[in-house]
Amino acid sequence: MTNWIAVLAASAAAFALKLVGYFVPSSWLRHPVAGRVSVLLPAALLGALVVVQTFSVGGRLAFDARIVGLLVAVLALWRRAPFIVVVVLAAGATAATRAAGIG
Amino acid sequence: MPDVTQPPNEATEATGASGRRAILRRALSVGIATSAYGVSFGALAVANGLTVWQACVSSLLLFSGGSQFALAGVLGAGGSVGAAVASSTLLGIRNSVYAVQLAALLRPRGVRRFAAAQLTIDESTAVAVSQDTPAGRSLGFWVTGTTVYIGWNATTLVGALAGSQLGDPRQYGLDAAAGAAFLALLWPRLKQRQPVAVAIAGALVAFSLTPVLPVGLPVVAAAGVAVLAGVFLRDAAPGPGPSSPAPGRGSSPAPAPAGGDA
Repeated sequence: MTNWIAVLAASAAAFALKLVGYFVPSSWLRHPVAGRVSVLLPAALLGALVVVQTFSVGGRLAFDARIVGLLVAVLALWRRAPFIVVVVLAAGATAATRAAGIG
Repeated sequence: MPDVTQPPNEATEATGASGRRAILRRALSVGIATSAYGVSFGALAVANGLTVWQACVSSLLLFSGGSQFALAGVLGAGGSVGAAVASSTLLGIRNSVYAVQLAALLRPRGVRRFAAAQLTIDESTAVAVSQDTPAGRSLGFWVTGTTVYIGWNATTLVGALAGSQLGDPRQYGLDAAAGAAFLALLWPRLKQRQPVAVAIAGALVAFSLTPVLPVGLPVVAAAGVAVLAGVFLRDAAPGPGPSSPAPGRGSSPAPAPAGGDA
């Protein structure tokens, strides 16, 4: 039930954010600060999400086989691998590390 | 077909038959490439405790990759509904900026504004703003948006069904896939110094607050870094500011909605 509330609330908010851009006067978001913040927000949030997903378990810091997956992902992105390949390689590297009994 | 009504100048050339085919090819290839990550969203959503239905409804209604991954990731880690929705929504703010640009470029009317809003994402914006003519922008936007929408939803279902058959997601390293997915979404944004610095600062803030704050809030706190940087750093990154839907192309680089692929 809480998941449904989250999914529907986030969907409503996402649609409202998209829609508002079609109805506000275009000068509204032209302010340079708004422009800069909107570019930088995804960078800050995604950077945060990378570390939280990799280094935490249930609100505690944890260092395990996921780190190997992240390093493999960096390597794959460096070699310009497509998104799906990056994700699969990271999962595979983590699974292999666990199977080897490390992390 | 729209060519007939337009004066035969350079601008119309790009929307001739061959120009339209080029736009269609680009739009379809971006659409198909992007659709492939729907599989990873579906599988990760289920691994994070969402049902197959919840994963599919996210893709149908929320329809914004980064926001969907954030929602599932924070919920799966045990975060509150508020923290999950906040992370997801903060990531969606950029879509407002895209929508302002697209409203000026496409001028959709009536019910088409609602359809355009739902299809306003990184990829459709990127393809639209990189075209030289109004007809090309419109074609690029609608074809990319529709292709991604159909593909993303179909592959979400496939991924969710596959994920629900897997058993313990940790055995397949699916818990590490989320971090990799976020990194892959971040990567194309790291072309200038300022976003790199902000991404690192956001990561450090979230890391150091993880033991202190409830799950999900460290990510929301990291958003503060972007706000501070946007207010106080003046120089760099003109960014996707709703700048210049200039007539013609202008040599300025397209406002670069950093789409996932590429």
